[in-house]
Amino acid sequence: MNWLISFPIGLTGVIGLMLAAKAQDPAMYGHGLVFFVAAVAAIFCVISRNLLAKKISAEDGYNDEIVRAGLIASTFWGIVGFSAGLFIALQLAFPDLNFDTSVTNFGRLRPLHTSAVIFAFGGNVLIMTSFHVVQRTCRARLAGNWSPWFVFWGYQLFIVLAASGYVLGVTQSKEYAEPEWYVDIWLTIVWVVYLVVFMATLAKRKEPHIYVANWFYLAFIVTVALLHLVNNAAVPVSFAGTKSYTLFAGVQDALTQWWYGHNAVGFFLTAGFLGIMYYFIPKQAERPIYSYRLSIVHFWSLIFLYIWAGPHHLLYTALPDWAQTLGMTFSVMLWMPSWGGMINGLMTLSGAWDKLRTDPILRIMVLSLAFYGMSTFEGPLMAIKAVNALSHYTDWTVGHVHSGALGWVGMVSFGAIYFLAPRVFGQAQLYSLRLVSLHFWMATFGIVFYAAAMWVSGILQGLMWRAYDQLGFLEYSFAETVEAMHPFYVIRALGGVLFLGGALVMAYNVYRTSRGDVRIEQPYTAVPQPAVA
Amino acid sequence: MNYETLAHFAHTWGLVYLVVLFAGVLFYALRPSARAKFEDAAQIPFKED
Amino acid sequence: MFDHGKIERNSVLMLIGILIVVSIGGLIEIAPLFYLESSIEKVKGVRPYTPLELAGRNIYVREGCYNCHSQMIRPFRDEVERYGHYSLAAESMYDHPFQWGSKRTGPDLARVGGKYSDEWHRTHLIRPRSLVPESVMPGYPFLAKTALPYGDIDGHLSANRAVGVPYSDEMIANAKADLEAQLDPDSDGVDALVKRYPGAKARNFDLKVGPPSELDALIAYLQVLGTMVDFSAYKAEENLR
Repeated sequence: MNWLISFPIGLTGVIGLMLAAKAQDPAMYGHGLVFFVAAVAAIFCVISRNLLAKKISAEDGYNDEIVRAGLIASTFWGIVGFSAGLFIALQLAFPDLNFDTSVTNFGRLRPLHTSAVIFAFGGNVLIMTSFHVVQRTCRARLAGNWSPWFVFWGYQLFIVLAASGYVLGVTQSKEYAEPEWYVDIWLTIVWVVYLVVFMATLAKRKEPHIYVANWFYLAFIVTVALLHLVNNAAVPVSFAGTKSYTLFAGVQDALTQWWYGHNAVGFFLTAGFLGIMYYFIPKQAERPIYSYRLSIVHFWSLIFLYIWAGPHHLLYTALPDWAQTLGMTFSVMLWMPSWGGMINGLMTLSGAWDKLRTDPILRIMVLSLAFYGMSTFEGPLMAIKAVNALSHYTDWTVGHVHSGALGWVGMVSFGAIYFLAPRVFGQAQLYSLRLVSLHFWMATFGIVFYAAAMWVSGILQGLMWRAYDQLGFLEYSFAETVEAMHPFYVIRALGGVLFLGGALVMAYNVYRTSRGDVRIEQPYTAVPQPAVA
Repeated sequence: MNYETLAHFAHTWGLVYLVVLFAGVLFYALRPSARAKFEDAAQIPFKED
Repeated sequence: MFDHGKIERNSVLMLIGILIVVSIGGLIEIAPLFYLESSIEKVKGVRPYTPLELAGRNIYVREGCYNCHSQMIRPFRDEVERYGHYSLAAESMYDHPFQWGSKRTGPDLARVGGKYSDEWHRTHLIRPRSLVPESVMPGYPFLAKTALPYGDIDGHLSANRAVGVPYSDEMIANAKADLEAQLDPDSDGVDALVKRYPGAKARNFDLKVGPPSELDALIAYLQVLGTMVDFSAYKAEENLR
């Protein structure tokens, strides 16, 4: 058994050394060494912790260590990603902050921000929660000894390679799929092991039925693998160089990219996080999901419709009309299953709405559903060609993405982190519920500032671009429309400050929880109804 | 392959595929014989911690 | 009799079901784009990038210009007046990857070629706000100071050929010479360059003597954008899709 794990790790190290030795560019030299160091560290860990000799027995219970590691990583990367977002938001308001160097300009840092929040924060939240949920709902320990840890650390390695690559200018420029070919190959390996761990855990479950949250996780893992493989198909210039050329060109590349890009939203940021919703909201509300049958219809119709919606990113472009129409139609239809899911989550609280008064964690989860509902209404709206003609290329899109990302993905993740923190650190309760409430308000105001500023700036810019004066000339130069954005970019950055501040409050709360501290504060108790006068 | 062939395929088989899929999903979610099973499944998160 | 209980109980069946459902959507939507003859318009003039333009394009990609600049003019009156003829699929048929973009923090660049002088681009890329005070673009002074690494430019052409760009053996063999010739309008290689890449412009793009800089390459790329198709000979009604 030993060679089975040691051999591939050793091989990774050797390949890393070879890449470094033959490197065609400095980035590949550095990344080759990173592979080598990671392999050495992995072998050291395998030997010193004797992971392989250990046999899992029934007494081992659940693997909560991996969930704890995921919780720490999620919190850490969340703060990194939000900070990067705040910084690039400030760059748009105050361009001197680009410092005019190669490693600090907006063009290189924007992918750093998007990857840090989507893949580093979101990805770690998904791996963490899926490992927690699949164990509890299968009533079985996570499959494998070393493999879950390989998934966790392999994924962190992917993040480090991707992020350092962006700063050094290593990118294939496909949005949300910027990492170059060798990082893509590494992620594929990690992802396959992730799928195997998840499937193997499902296979050893004691519960005959597979709980619906796991369906969503499974769809997320499988579909992301498919999207990743197709969209990243590329031919490297040299096997020891970072640069590659994508297999597809022009219009085909564009559709493949946005088929990927939209389904990264659909399966990474929606299906995966719906898995979180279907487990953590019932747990926190202490009530089963409103309608299990609705969840089945929700699942199949969501994954079926989402996969078609990509072309709405290419409306009025050189993409043939039939594909544009297809994308628009399916995007509008997508409204229905999205709201079906939202209603299913919200109605889980029916008869228990009073809990919202005493449970700020549940309040965070419910707010995430409200934002999910809002952005899944806005999305189909913006996919209508007439609306898209105005909104496309403007900040409206950026605002839409963030009401979904901060409001839905962020808030439901925070809810899961608050739920898990005392459990994975073996504590009876969170350090402070009042701080959860503070986080709730900071994040909420942050999102409102952000989204409102982007709606106004987006629609304003869209209208300015198409404005004509009385003589039939374009009324504004492009530069004038850029100037008009400035106040909104400042407000947006302010929203970012609040959202990041809230996340820092959460990190503090999690840290104190891990130490077993309990804050002395007024507890939340049900307020007695005042007597009717 | 030309556009007309593709459009014809979508108007016929595409429609059938969509309708059958949706009807199928509705059927197995809503058939009465599965009611007890689904109610049981909804309780899974509370069975063990 | 079909039993959904089996799917709920058997994770492998569920995996296959998910794969089928998502694959059908992806296949039916994307595959026709490769087979329909009408996906890409029939136009004259689109040619592979010269080695220098390709190197410049790689810098455009590296610096993430696509984050703020689109290269896709939509068929609206205001866009056509502001940027020029709406973009055709044919114009990016050799773009690996495409650079259509998704956001216009800055203006569209699909037809920026020939709109401004090399001198303007040089100054603007180094200090954008010296020419456009309202601009929020980062400055790229380091491009002017960095020598263009082009020792493996033939390898880049070969990789492009592997993914379908019609670079000939001759083009690959002469890649380095063509790159140098395009920066030296008085050299003997210019005629051969223009023969291989019709319409290619040879100039000292960064207006500085010395070895080719990254700024040279980037400006050469910007100056070719949207200039390949002769729209006086383009018949839109023949290419309705």
